[in-house]
Amino acid sequence: MSTMTHLQRLEAEAIFILREVAATAEKPVLLYSIGKDSAVLLHLALKAFHPGKLPFPLLHVDTTWKFREMITFRDETAKRLGLDLIVHINEEGVKAGINPITSGSQVHTDVMKTVGLKQALDKYGFDAAFGGARRDEEKSRAKERVFSLRSPGHRWDPKNQRPEPWNLFNTRKKQGESFRVFPLSNWTEADVWSYIVQENIPVVPLYFAKERPVVRRGGTLIMRDDDRLPLLPGEVPEMRKVRFRTLGCYPLTGAIPSEADTLDGIIAEMNASRASERQGRLIDHDGAASMEAKKQEGYF
Amino acid sequence: MSAAALKLVETPASVAEAAPARSVLRFITCGSVDDGKSTLIGRILYECGAVFEDHLEALDRDSQKFGTNGKALDFALLVDGLAAEREQGITIDVAYRYFQTPKRHFIVADTPGHEQYTRNMATGASTADVAILLVDARKGLLPQTRRHSFIVSTMGVRQVIVAINKMDLVGYDEAVFRAIEADYRAIAAGLGFESITCIPVSAREGDNLTTLSPQTPWFTGTPLLPLLETLDVAPARDENPAFALPVQWVNRPNLDFRGFSGTIATGRVAVGDAIEALPSRRESRIARIVTADGDLDTAFAGQAVTLVLADEIDLSRGDVIAAPVAARASSRPRIRTEIEARVILTGEKVIEKGTAFLVKLGTAMATATIVTIHERTNIESFAGEPAESLALNAIGRVRLAFDKPLVLADYVQSRELGGFILIDRLTNETSAFGFVLPDPAPDLKDATEIDRAIARVLGPEGSAKRQARLHFVTWRVASALGVAGIVFALSGDATVAALAGLADVTLRPAARAFHDAVWRKIRERREAALSLDGGGI
Repeated sequence: MSTMTHLQRLEAEAIFILREVAATAEKPVLLYSIGKDSAVLLHLALKAFHPGKLPFPLLHVDTTWKFREMITFRDETAKRLGLDLIVHINEEGVKAGINPITSGSQVHTDVMKTVGLKQALDKYGFDAAFGGARRDEEKSRAKERVFSLRSPGHRWDPKNQRPEPWNLFNTRKKQGESFRVFPLSNWTEADVWSYIVQENIPVVPLYFAKERPVVRRGGTLIMRDDDRLPLLPGEVPEMRKVRFRTLGCYPLTGAIPSEADTLDGIIAEMNASRASERQGRLIDHDGAASMEAKKQEGYF
Repeated sequence: MSAAALKLVETPASVAEAAPARSVLRFITCGSVDDGKSTLIGRILYECGAVFEDHLEALDRDSQKFGTNGKALDFALLVDGLAAEREQGITIDVAYRYFQTPKRHFIVADTPGHEQYTRNMATGASTADVAILLVDARKGLLPQTRRHSFIVSTMGVRQVIVAINKMDLVGYDEAVFRAIEADYRAIAAGLGFESITCIPVSAREGDNLTTLSPQTPWFTGTPLLPLLETLDVAPARDENPAFALPVQWVNRPNLDFRGFSGTIATGRVAVGDAIEALPSRRESRIARIVTADGDLDTAFAGQAVTLVLADEIDLSRGDVIAAPVAARASSRPRIRTEIEARVILTGEKVIEKGTAFLVKLGTAMATATIVTIHERTNIESFAGEPAESLALNAIGRVRLAFDKPLVLADYVQSRELGGFILIDRLTNETSAFGFVLPDPAPDLKDATEIDRAIARVLGPEGSAKRQARLHFVTWRVASALGVAGIVFALSGDATVAALAGLADVTLRPAARAFHDAVWRKIRERREAALSLDGGGI
């Protein structure tokens, strides 16, 4: 009996999940958030339907506060691969002047990300949305199913999840209900990077260390990606060699001082690190069961 | 406390760089409420350096707030992630955790002990290679220990580690350990486990987890983690099972390519191999094995591939591409409209005779009706008892009838083709997990040459094609009888009437074929002309 490597197994499992959705959902979409997990998810989706094209579009919910390099990378990727990319911005949020600086991280994430996502899913009538979330990221995600059923209002009910024995997914849903589907559920951060190396998948340059203008706020290094980030009295951005372990809205994403400017360097640094991946994500620290609460309301 | 704890994890001996060739071991922890399952996993994660500093700080905070362990770290809080779990201090849902040592990758399913969450425990067991069953040394075996042992056995787990926990609370008494070990071996005797290993541990104190504990000098076995690193878990199933791939998705990007995508359930396949499409029994050969990394010459179980066949045969999601009858020995998939099965009830819906569900087996969906409830399993004695109905958490044996033939295998041969779920048609909840049991009955109309010839001409049984053909044939016969009748009425000559009827049956299709052929020619000529002048655009 031939055996598969750990990464081959994970790849086959993800491809199975992607095909299962394409075969059973009426209108699936791939939530593309530009980061490394999305890059891997997209790569797997292209593999799953080869030699055919992706049987679903990509959706990016743009909060208007993403790093500029992320947006450039997004548009280049869509062009290079000939993808059908939908970009949705919560225009009501923009009109109301919501931003991560004066509105606070909670309100900004809720309005621009969660509400924006729900708007887009409703607008296009998507009944299944792929996300790149992994169970190793966060405790409440560790308990989420691969096929996560959402009510017509996009809510998650953690106490009433369907059991998923084997690789047998119950894909039935009622009118108005939808699925969030996580093909990378069983991947770890280390698996994602190993796979990026193995498959030579392009990722946003922000993951690699480079001299960048940063300010230190409350123990976190924030990159001043544009002049919308007001400087506090006496604050001067300094150039430091930093990189990002995860990518979100730039005022809410902490940089880490690093010399790792290659994939090998990133992996070595990750293995030596004693801090979790999402440590730099300020929105996770909004309260004890914070992610669970956000997910119940419809966040990924 | 937290400073000292932080120092401990500075030595991540086992967090080495990723070595892709390391094997993966999937295991679950199960046992009764408060046996310390989550504490054990939290402790193992901690010992392996798989707990990050910011998580450890949060753990320290949480331990003060929710901890059941005084001021000390409560490792269970590392895994109990839902708010309700933290408040109640119990595990409700299965949580998956990932860690690695230099020898292996591990995927752990931490499963709930409460009976009401049995389905989540069964889910964790469904993909596990090994089960760690926790027993509280102070309490000995509990009903839930027996229940979980039975479910683990039903789910096909063949290796069990019995972690006799909280040894610190019984003074590390060998006699206590030996008594529980003997009790467990007695109850597990009929459950078909290949190996049962008992280890005295204290999850809270870390005894016998990574190294042998000085507290138990009488224990000379292997500590838990080294045991998990070295257990041989090669499946004891058929060494050389027949090839089968449930079709998941038909890949048809353009008119020149038609591939059948799916994950190989059992066996291996090579380009040129003869195959049979089930349940239609149409035969063909493998022309290509397509993947995004290039075509393969051979592929084996577990790989997600796209098969291109040499012939245009009608196949869709839910069908199975399999080795032909001759090549399919003991493990060949069967075609059935009725099966014997074991079920574990996971939903609110009660099973009674006549209850109908949707069944999902492999990639196929059908309607399943309960024909008979043979028995309900008594969880204390593991004996079957007569039952009129089965409710949530019950385990029973039933006979099921499907509304169309399904391709399946015994669960012991293939989890992929022998495991299924029953879905409530109104609420869509997953009402039960099912396991196809061996069934000595012969295959449903096992492929005689005549059956196959009929299938070739008429299309597979129950297919739209066969119906259309039958429709056509009955109309031709009726039409010929009509012509013969009219001729007989007019001429009064039976021979002439019979000849006229015969002529109608034979000549009319011939005339139609000629007529169609003429039109096809005309159309082709017209299309050729169009493409020459740019299609009229």
